[in-house]
Amino acid sequence: MCYNIKCFIKFEKIYVVKVLVCINSVPDTTSKINFTDNKEYDSTNIQFVINPNDEFGLTRAIWLKEKQNATVDVINVGQSQSDKLLKKCLAIGADNAYRVNIEAINGEMVADEIINFIKSKNHYDLIIAGRESIDYNGGMVAGFIASKLNFPFVTNCVGLKIENNIAYLTREIDGGRENIKCNLPIVVGSQKGLVEESDLKIPNMRGIMLASKKEIKVLGPSKYVSSSKIIRFEKPSEKKEIKMISPDNLDELIDILQNKVKVI
Amino acid sequence: MSVLVFIETENGLLKKNFSQIASYGVALSKKLGVKCIAIAFNTDDCEKLSEFGITEFTVFNSGHKFFDCLNYVNIICNFLLENHCKILVTSSSADSKYIGPLIANKWDGHYAPNVVEIPSTDKNFVVKQSCYTNKAFSYTEIYKERIVIGVSNNSFMPVKEKSDCKVKFENLKDRIKTIEVLSVDKFTGRKTIADADIVVSGGRGLKGPENWYLIEDLAEVLGAATACSKPISDMGWRTHDEHVGQTGKPVSSKLYIAIGISGAIQHVAGIAKSKVKVVINNDPEAPFFKSADFGIVGDAFDVVPKLIQKLNEFKSSS
Ligand SMILES: Cc1cc2nc3c(=O)[nH]c(=O)nc-3n(C[C@H](O)[C@H](O)[C@H](O)COP(=O)(O)OP(=O)(O)OC[C@H]3O[C@@H](n4cnc5c(N)ncnc54)[C@H](O)[C@@H]3O)c2cc1C
Repeated sequence: MCYNIKCFIKFEKIYVVKVLVCINSVPDTTSKINFTDNKEYDSTNIQFVINPNDEFGLTRAIWLKEKQNATVDVINVGQSQSDKLLKKCLAIGADNAYRVNIEAINGEMVADEIINFIKSKNHYDLIIAGRESIDYNGGMVAGFIASKLNFPFVTNCVGLKIENNIAYLTREIDGGRENIKCNLPIVVGSQKGLVEESDLKIPNMRGIMLASKKEIKVLGPSKYVSSSKIIRFEKPSEKKEIKMISPDNLDELIDILQNKVKVI
Repeated sequence: MSVLVFIETENGLLKKNFSQIASYGVALSKKLGVKCIAIAFNTDDCEKLSEFGITEFTVFNSGHKFFDCLNYVNIICNFLLENHCKILVTSSSADSKYIGPLIANKWDGHYAPNVVEIPSTDKNFVVKQSCYTNKAFSYTEIYKERIVIGVSNNSFMPVKEKSDCKVKFENLKDRIKTIEVLSVDKFTGRKTIADADIVVSGGRGLKGPENWYLIEDLAEVLGAATACSKPISDMGWRTHDEHVGQTGKPVSSKLYIAIGISGAIQHVAGIAKSKVKVVINNDPEAPFFKSADFGIVGDAFDVVPKLIQKLNEFKSSS
């Protein structure tokens, strides 16, 4: 009994880490990419999913909630078609979902909107965004948020633990890994490896029920003025014919690689 | 006004991609009619840049052996301001993509990653960037005065050009220690996918991790890096850093050899920038044959050992 009370008191004292995960909605990876008049992305028949790098981050955040009592909010900058994805986030354990109601046109704008949101809230200790999104591959949302808030930033993150308000992180670098220590608050760019593929959560019935009772809080956008504009898209030129080589004639392959295309 | 290129170093030496980045900066500076200067950290490997048209090279000694994100960002931002630079050219390495957005924001510039060509500057500044993991390109008009360009790997070939390059050394004072790198684990004795000219990659067709000697042996004769498809790293047959594709690492090597990989859209997107693609698969209907340059229909367990043997013979005779 006495022990229990002690435990409880100790538990009360532990600081609850507040996590915000930025969620981008991107075309499913199997999508064929098309444009109307080479001007606009054609989303006809395209299924949108949570950007995979964001989902790895969200899953780690939920882990922090389950293991260390963290709170997890999610935010998306986008239009109502993102609500389905935000509901999924709630169903797998996020506490609150927010959406800034405006079409996301580039990474800097998304970062600006998210910073406005963060400033309107009290504070987050840990802000997670995918290392890059699989649509524009911009890789700048997390970095811009960090820089504008003057928080430290670690991207390509494949390991994240929090102990006594200190984050221990692993950053994947070309040809290795870097082990990093940093005080909270911090911004993290998440990617595969932060959690295993098999750790990704599929909403269960209970989660879906809980999520259906929660509201997505929709916020108005700020007056962002863009410093860039995509003026057109282009698809890579069609592939030329493949040359087949008989498995009994590997000399031909070696000869081509050495003398014709000169790559070995 | 000038163009600044950020040259990366490793163990005191310039990283292999230095010539591409320097040449890109020089070509752009000529187009703009300005000079091209360079900055790097912790190196005395200063001769090489004069072969690629750089006229000034400033090396900062950070007094710290690891990549030091926030200090590098501060130094580069100050340097850009002091030298009235308009453009910073970086690579697409993990480190460059790490500091690129941080510098762009602090310097009040626009960040343009994955740039595949020299920008057009006729009316406005327009960059061509790859997007949707190489499934498309976008042309973006930039209205900011200052721009950080991330040059996509292997999209610009080095151009030799002798120059008189002045080298200056500086020391970092008052290092900030907010982000503390405790240690670095390097995969020693292994070529990395990012740096390799040749990548040999294996998929589920290899049946099990015990058969990976086929991939490793072939990589060894070719001096190649090893890679794999996503399920292989998901099953733990290989580590995650070898997973290539849309949700893994991009590959832009000169030669990519795919063995027992079906060629799913997510896989193919990630390797689209490789110049020459060779596919070995026992199923003539495998989708990979549609996007490869050279194909062999055959059993990997039969073809790969023969290929290794032939390459060994070829190597010892040349
Ligand atoms: C959201 C999402 C993201 C994804 N991202 C990626 C990604 O980034 N990278 C990636 O690789 N995948 C990715 N995938 C998975 C992708 O869809 C495929 O499932 C995967 O690439 C298939 O791997 P594989 O080719 O090794 O296996 P399989 O598709 O099973 O193909 C095995 C191939 O080996 C051949 N084979 C069998 N035996 C032999 C033999 N003895 N000799 C020669 N050939 C043989 C078969 O004919 C077959 O073509 C993603 C999937 C999703 C849903």
